[in-house]
Amino acid sequence: MTTAGTRKKRSERTIDEYLLSEQQLEDMYYHMLLARRLNERMLALNRQGRAAFVIAGVGQEAAQVGAAMALKLGTDYLAPYYRDLGMNLVFGMTAREAMLNLLAKRDDPNSYGRQMPSHWGNTERRIVTQSSVVATQLLHATGIGLGAKMRKDPLVVLTCCGEGSTSRGDFHEALNFSAIHRLPVIFYVQNNGYAISMRNEKEMPVPNVADRARAYNMNSAMVDGMDAIAVYQTVRPAVDQARNGGGPFLIEAKCYRLWPHSSDDDDSRYRPKKELEEWTKKDPVSSFRTRVETDGIFPKADLDEIEERVAEEVREATQWALMQPDPEPEDALGYVYKEL
Amino acid sequence: MAEMRMRDALREALREEMLRDETIFLMGEDIGLYGGSYAVTKGLLEEFGEARVIDTPIAESGIVGAGIGAAMGGLHPMVELMTINFSFLALDQIVNSAAKLHHMSNGQIHVPMVIRMASGGGSQLAATHSHSLEGMYAHFPGLKVVCPSNAADAKGLLKRAFRDQNTVIFIEHTANYAIKGEVPDDPDFLIEFGVANILREGTDVTIVGYGGSVHQATRAAALLEEQEEISAEVIDLRTLQPLDMDTVIASVKKTNRCVIVEDAWRFGGFGGELASQVMERAFDWLDAPVARVACKDVPLPYNRNLEFAALPSEEDVVDAVLGMFKE
Repeated sequence: MTTAGTRKKRSERTIDEYLLSEQQLEDMYYHMLLARRLNERMLALNRQGRAAFVIAGVGQEAAQVGAAMALKLGTDYLAPYYRDLGMNLVFGMTAREAMLNLLAKRDDPNSYGRQMPSHWGNTERRIVTQSSVVATQLLHATGIGLGAKMRKDPLVVLTCCGEGSTSRGDFHEALNFSAIHRLPVIFYVQNNGYAISMRNEKEMPVPNVADRARAYNMNSAMVDGMDAIAVYQTVRPAVDQARNGGGPFLIEAKCYRLWPHSSDDDDSRYRPKKELEEWTKKDPVSSFRTRVETDGIFPKADLDEIEERVAEEVREATQWALMQPDPEPEDALGYVYKEL
Repeated sequence: MAEMRMRDALREALREEMLRDETIFLMGEDIGLYGGSYAVTKGLLEEFGEARVIDTPIAESGIVGAGIGAAMGGLHPMVELMTINFSFLALDQIVNSAAKLHHMSNGQIHVPMVIRMASGGGSQLAATHSHSLEGMYAHFPGLKVVCPSNAADAKGLLKRAFRDQNTVIFIEHTANYAIKGEVPDDPDFLIEFGVANILREGTDVTIVGYGGSVHQATRAAALLEEQEEISAEVIDLRTLQPLDMDTVIASVKKTNRCVIVEDAWRFGGFGGELASQVMERAFDWLDAPVARVACKDVPLPYNRNLEFAALPSEEDVVDAVLGMFKE
């Protein structure tokens, strides 16, 4: 994976209570931590005036990394939303690429600085780019699933959105269409508690997004999105089932947006301080570390080593990306039409 | 060659293209069992089966969005939106995704898709069923916009739409469906985009139209010839994006007068773009200001008298031309 080099070789044998191997657990921690540290550095760059806009997935790392690890890289498609840095890292995005994307640099493989940051897209890795209009990618995932079914191609599409997106017609049209045709699509909703300032109870009359699956005769599951292992254990069987013709799945990961909506948002206007404090105690990245350390999977020294490695990777990627060239003005008009 | 209606020519194009390219499939409301609201897809379900002719729920955004995904995944969908009026419900998917993903992904993704829709008034279908939005779609970079006026063009242009790698908005005026014409049966018959058609040659005035308004233009040209001895050249644009302005400019330089006819509302309409380009490129050749004939700026009413008072007629075109010859 992305962290080759001097690292310790870990066992690939599955540990019963985790349903994951030591190697997978290390990868899980590494990707969650890398997502977190990248987001922290991105916000710092924004406050320094070096990045115009940051939208992050802080608090959702477990929900993202645990789910993405349930997919087959190179086979399965990801139609993410703008908070899904963690997913993209699992799918192969490097720290350098994430920084190129933030800074809208020429060599950003996502879009050459044409999109806002965090609108991920990389066809080689089967990540499809998206509009800023929420829930639109759920329909694109549906179409990719339709094509896969028509070609009998055993791939799965996992598409993500926040719970705010589930109010949109595109969400319902995508679930309806996918369920009618039993398409291999996982609708993965990261319920982080807020749609910008709107709390769940102002957005939907049901307690859970997953409850909505019933209206489409669709399989559904709910999982603690602050627990990467539980997420993996929930998403993996759903992916396997979809791949084997079992139809679509709606999965709701209950997590929490620990940061404001974006770098332009002041959440003190709508979020109770006490609530934030309570959820901060459930931080998905530090909880994971505590669990694997307590269970004796990794000694403290190994976890410290991962921390140091990630910190160095983020530092190096940032310095490097800041030096990279911007897009050329003469390329502004590119790719409006695909040439024949 | 065979004589057929435009709807049959469209069906022939779909059939031939589906036989040629197995990545092409059709999706839309009532297109399968029912054969399409304008009978364009009649018989295609029986011939190609449910996997390639998909009846969908009433969910325009859903149909277009799923089409975009299918196109991303390597297929070439044809999405039918029944009528252009319902395309408002899919407008976000068309404009923010289909038209832009190629650019936003820096060329990684493209969306080869044909979106067919019926347009135009004149059938007593009132305000929410009678839009002419060709110009609106031509406004968005990333889309191609095609509006055939006759059976042969409909076939050649629709076949050409499936050879494109972009999203093509294919707009069929409802008044044209039943018009008969000679249609080539060569499976390689294609009409290139961005090539206007001079329907009638003339020397005194250039009348430009597209889609449905071409017929007001040609009828007006006949009246002008018979009654006024004015020789009008009639140009059918065929596609608004890409736009063949060279043919229009060459004609205006010959006739020194230009009338633009469209079914769409006048205010902010596509005719304004055409007039502007004529002014920019042929100002010194003009003997009169460019004239525009368009729909009155009112939601189209249901009652026949009211509807026809709002829509542009061949008499309006004749009046516009005669106005240019007055001192």
